[in-house]
Amino acid sequence: MIKRKKVWQYGFLILASVFSVFPLYWMAVSATNRSAEVIGGRMLPGGYLLENIKNLLAAQNVGRGMFNSLKYSVILTLISLVICSLAGYGFEIYHDRMKDSVMSLLLLAMMVPFAATMIPLYQMFSGFHLLNTTLGFILPTLSTPFLIMMFRQSARSFPHDILEAARLEGLNELQIFFRMFVPTMRSTYAAAMTITFMNAWNSYLWPKVIMQDTSSMTMPMLVANLTEGYVTDYGMLMLAVLLCTIPTIVIFFILQKSFAEGITGAVK
Amino acid sequence: MNGKGKRMTLEKRHSLTGWGFLTPAVVLIVVMNFIPMLRALLLSFQAGVGNRMSFAGLYNYIRMFQDAVFLRSLANNFIYLLIQVPIMLVLALVLASLLNHKDLRLKGVFRTAIFLPCATSLVSYAIIFRSLFAVDGFINTVLVRLHILDTGYNFLGHAFSARIVIILALIWRWTGYNMVFYLSGLQNIEYSVYEAAKIDGATPFQSFWKITVPLLKPTILLTAIMSTNGTLQLFDESVNLTNGGPANATITMSHYIYNMSFKYVPNFGYAAAMSYLILFLVAALAFIQMKVGDKRD
Repeated sequence: MIKRKKVWQYGFLILASVFSVFPLYWMAVSATNRSAEVIGGRMLPGGYLLENIKNLLAAQNVGRGMFNSLKYSVILTLISLVICSLAGYGFEIYHDRMKDSVMSLLLLAMMVPFAATMIPLYQMFSGFHLLNTTLGFILPTLSTPFLIMMFRQSARSFPHDILEAARLEGLNELQIFFRMFVPTMRSTYAAAMTITFMNAWNSYLWPKVIMQDTSSMTMPMLVANLTEGYVTDYGMLMLAVLLCTIPTIVIFFILQKSFAEGITGAVK
Repeated sequence: MNGKGKRMTLEKRHSLTGWGFLTPAVVLIVVMNFIPMLRALLLSFQAGVGNRMSFAGLYNYIRMFQDAVFLRSLANNFIYLLIQVPIMLVLALVLASLLNHKDLRLKGVFRTAIFLPCATSLVSYAIIFRSLFAVDGFINTVLVRLHILDTGYNFLGHAFSARIVIILALIWRWTGYNMVFYLSGLQNIEYSVYEAAKIDGATPFQSFWKITVPLLKPTILLTAIMSTNGTLQLFDESVNLTNGGPANATITMSHYIYNMSFKYVPNFGYAAAMSYLILFLVAALAFIQMKVGDKRD
């Protein structure tokens, strides 16, 4: 009886894992094969990788796309973490009735669909000449209620003794934040970093709206452009998809453990 | 008196410092979210092309419900919502509770494998699924080789199968994400509760329904609201998996709003009105879910 139950349990988990990993495996393998081989159903690594790289570089400015995406995402992530953690800390440590009601008002912004703010933002940004700029890319998502809430939640577990002790030592409030709070909240920062970087790297609708020059295009836009046209070179296309996926997968593997811890803190 | 006065200023200083900490974030959210939201509301009562707009009352809101493509996109969003979200959340819940078993081996491997799709960008996975299900794609090659089909079937060229591919892709991408939330929630439940239930003769199915589901209710509510919100705003999948086709059969509201604003002759007023319908739906559904979630207490 027990054995049969275990078979079901493992069977289901194995099935789910295969279903989850297979499309990614197929994508990685196809990047090393000729388009005809991909269509033919080849599922083993081939020797066509260099040829695919050459074709891809000829078709699109991949270096530019990778550089742009990396630049936008890193800058957005760094500034966003500072602004949102300052705010989350401020909302919790100095909380009073006014600040609490401001916070609940901010949470309403989580409900606003991007489609509703997209057009006025576009009009505003083109008025301020922010189209095709890094600032234009980062401004709308620099401060998000989700991140602020996450940091507020983690500030709740920040011991008040440390705060009082640091004040007696003569540290000012900003110094306490940077020297005491930031180092103790590493796992929250790691989780916030993973989420923000992935969202920035993967964002598609907003860049599609404001990045109109080919020189400021992001990697996802460039990959999407490859599918236009009648004949698809699957080997080359999957190589582009692979390149577009590597940075987020790397970040995920590096920060996986702290990510789970940070989410646990936020759900509690 | 003197002491009290000094205390007040200290408190005031304290409060002001707090405002200093949160002002940048609050100003950004007001300027980037609330002001555009109000401007979109004003815009939604105007009609016209490009920058020549004039007040039109409720014209855009009435037009919306006579626009066959918009009604189609509204229905599509609801099809995705009503079919995909329940399947995904149940699947995530089952996987999380299977992974929560104390004596499970290879736990880390399973968890990583199932979460891995979330690290894939939306554009990437849409293109992977599109290639897998293309007429000359991998799925068709396998089906033909197994003699299930004679020739490749155009999955993305038929409305019904195209919608199923989108739903399948969404389940693939988001199940692991929701599972992580459930796994975190499960860590707050003492494992001894399950052991006690087992001694009392509860089947795994019973302890799932009677222990896991009720105790995870806040997390389930959170994921349900997040998924509803996300599904009503679907864009990348509609654009890159099916391009809304065949003949707008799979187009989503956000995709249609984008087309109306940036692809066709720009009609910002009409697009803004449609975006307000999404806003209204997101708010209304979140409200209903919170009410239903509270009721079962």
